[in-house]
Amino acid sequence: MSLDREQKEGTEVLLMGNEAIARGALEAGVRVAAGYPGTPSSEIIETLSRFSEAGKLYVEWSTNEKVAMEVAAAASFAGLRSLCVMKQNGVNVASDFLLHLTGSGTRGGMILITCDDPGALSSVNEGESRHFARLMEIPLIEPADFQEAKEMTRWAFDLSEQIRNVVMVRSVTRMSHASGNVVLGILPTLKGKAEFLCDGPLTDPVRGPVTSAPVIAKHRLQQEKLQKAVALFEESPFNTYQGPEKPELLIITSSACTLYSREAVSLLRAEGRVGILKLGTTWPLPPALLKRHLLRTKNVLIVEEVLPFLEDQVKILCAEQAREIGIKTFYGKNDGALPMVGELNPDLVAAAIGRILGIDPPAIPAEYGEKLRGLTEFLPKRDQTFCPGCPHRASYWAIREALQRDHRGGFVCGDIGCYAMAALFQAAGFHTAKTLHAMGSGTGIASGFGKLGPFGMTQPVLAVCGDSTFYHAAIPALINAVHQRADMTFVVLDNSGTAMTGFQSHPGLDVNAMGEAAPMVDIAALCRAMGVPVTILDPFELIETRETLNRLLEQPEVKVLILKQSCALSPEKKGKKRFSMRVDETRCRGEDCGCNRLCTRIFRCPGLLWNQEQKRAEIDEVICAGCGFCVRICPAEAIRSEEAVKP
Amino acid sequence: MKETLAKDPYNIVITGVGGQGNVMASRVLSNMLVRKGFKVTIGETFGMSQRGGSVMSHIRVSSESVWSPQIPKGGADLIVAIEPIEGIRVLAGYGNRSVKVVVNLRPIYPVGVITGEEEYPSEETIRAKVTALAAEARFLAATEEAIRLGNPILGNIIMIGAVAGLGVLPIDRDLFESVIRDGMPAARVEVNLRAFAIGEAFVFSVKEEKQ
Repeated sequence: MSLDREQKEGTEVLLMGNEAIARGALEAGVRVAAGYPGTPSSEIIETLSRFSEAGKLYVEWSTNEKVAMEVAAAASFAGLRSLCVMKQNGVNVASDFLLHLTGSGTRGGMILITCDDPGALSSVNEGESRHFARLMEIPLIEPADFQEAKEMTRWAFDLSEQIRNVVMVRSVTRMSHASGNVVLGILPTLKGKAEFLCDGPLTDPVRGPVTSAPVIAKHRLQQEKLQKAVALFEESPFNTYQGPEKPELLIITSSACTLYSREAVSLLRAEGRVGILKLGTTWPLPPALLKRHLLRTKNVLIVEEVLPFLEDQVKILCAEQAREIGIKTFYGKNDGALPMVGELNPDLVAAAIGRILGIDPPAIPAEYGEKLRGLTEFLPKRDQTFCPGCPHRASYWAIREALQRDHRGGFVCGDIGCYAMAALFQAAGFHTAKTLHAMGSGTGIASGFGKLGPFGMTQPVLAVCGDSTFYHAAIPALINAVHQRADMTFVVLDNSGTAMTGFQSHPGLDVNAMGEAAPMVDIAALCRAMGVPVTILDPFELIETRETLNRLLEQPEVKVLILKQSCALSPEKKGKKRFSMRVDETRCRGEDCGCNRLCTRIFRCPGLLWNQEQKRAEIDEVICAGCGFCVRICPAEAIRSEEAVKP
Repeated sequence: MKETLAKDPYNIVITGVGGQGNVMASRVLSNMLVRKGFKVTIGETFGMSQRGGSVMSHIRVSSESVWSPQIPKGGADLIVAIEPIEGIRVLAGYGNRSVKVVVNLRPIYPVGVITGEEEYPSEETIRAKVTALAAEARFLAATEEAIRLGNPILGNIIMIGAVAGLGVLPIDRDLFESVIRDGMPAARVEVNLRAFAIGEAFVFSVKEEKQ
């Protein structure tokens, strides 16, 4: 059903956008691919890893995005085609290296694939990677459907080799995680050996050392490369126009917004009035092409998500060409035609076009609208929470109890992973997690809080960090905290995998992205090497965990507690109940207990239910994962577990 | 030979709660339609949404072209609800007078209901709301049937069987079998075929409920 080696060229298959991108890279003969997991980008490396083969294609999950880009760059320097993949904020992590890489230039075609998340469907930011293309002075291309995702990725390697610099391919959640028909192309015979030619002079782009120095000369060369890309963009088949010769309104758009714009025009039946210029090459804009289309009309609507990146560029071009193309009226972000936050959809675009052209979008018939009235309010909302059996719920429960017993108003600095849910939905983390920012930032922030004692701060501070996040960005912050003698308790929530994004491997595991055996880098040993005490516990052992936390909170400087228990969705656990759970009706006293319905009201595992008629807790057999932890929270000892019979 | 669609694009929403096999159901159904020669676009939300949140797949089926991965408001032709209140939630956004709805009646209680802060509507209310908002509504105990087959997750395939039974799309058991044989370990094919057959047979056997 998904991409595999057996599929022949010319076959039409249903591919996720990310699979189409991976297929494009395979058809381009990519040899090295590196990335760090992050929704919505992860399936690109996952797909490529299935095609990995010694000497043909090397694929890795790197420790972070900067390292991924460095690994891919090395392959390019050695003459191989390579790519690196990351989500939008990953580009921020990689950006320091990217700044220097774009100055030094590349050799084998190298592409940077970024998958942005407008609307923050799976992010804690609405970061925009498009701006990096401008900041770093490299070409930016954006596919607008699934076939294009494949074709443009393949073409990006050619472009990179033509200009000897990195090319940025940007996708969004609604491309990467959407699916559509793709006709497969030819997988090339892979040839060429890796060799880094470096004996020539510093200024020799093919045989010299690879550096961004001499800076001014290389910077000038970089800008010439960009102009070469613009010349190619003028002729690109990925820039297309659809609509009347002289439309009343010209839409300029790219990426998923192309599909929203087409649908919006179709909803309004405005095909005869609106033209759509769909751009595949979005930075730098090809000026002659833009001029040709801007001459069609006076009214321009720029349809893009989040910030007015395209809009700003179009306005600059229009100002430069005003004498030839005349004065335009612009619609987009700055005039409020479209929102500057959140993702777009066909309805938002239709409403914007409708307002500009005075067309009413199709309305819901009054009688049906009446039936819909109050419907959403009537439905219980569905907050996200930790999965049944999730070790994070147990860890936060222990932290909650420890902080309550500690009485000093202590709190948790959160971090990125499933356990971020504790900060996003306060009740999910029992109101303990109070900050949430970038990968590894919880540790750095805790390091800072840990130095505020002399300023009168008495609250104990904890940082939580997942196993993958530990390797990604927490290590420098932890070293800082140790060296500065910051007062903090560092809790590693080690669930043995990059669980949130789908169990990608990381350096703490004995297997790499290609499924080969790999040496494990032990978190506890690393922490001990920093000279700090380390305790390793199972978070399902509530009393021991809580008492250890209370002891650590009393101690000065950095203490490390590793709470190790694998994710409930991990392949070895999923669908297998360790315990068969039940509520003993004779022991559960319900409302009369005095526990204030601790299990269903506070603990809130979806596997526990409150039976309204019988006024007692019960287990939802379909939902319960059989982890057995809730046995430890019931003060009446009414929740009972039995070892489940192994099938 | 490609059959024609009742409407082009034909818009399907499959909804449920993370962990119910929503994505799998949308892939299987879409792959069946691609094999029939249609252009299919699926828009999905997953990632954070897997963790107990509402999940929705938008499927656009067309003879001609790629469509937006988000269906316009009020634009669903068929809603497949693997969880009942998620079906109503989707009806509120994408329902219209001609929409057909297939509902699995097994609730998955949101945390707010478990804590007692909110109330989950009764089955009677769910049936009434859905029936009032749909041109055609079918209600199945898909999870209970799936448990009888040995795994509640099979509720998603029972629902796909029910879609086939409705007869609104050119899909059948043979096509389903050809798709799952390519994407699934051989040992699991048989039970999936049984799940599909249960859903299909249910729709044939039960008279549609109209207001």
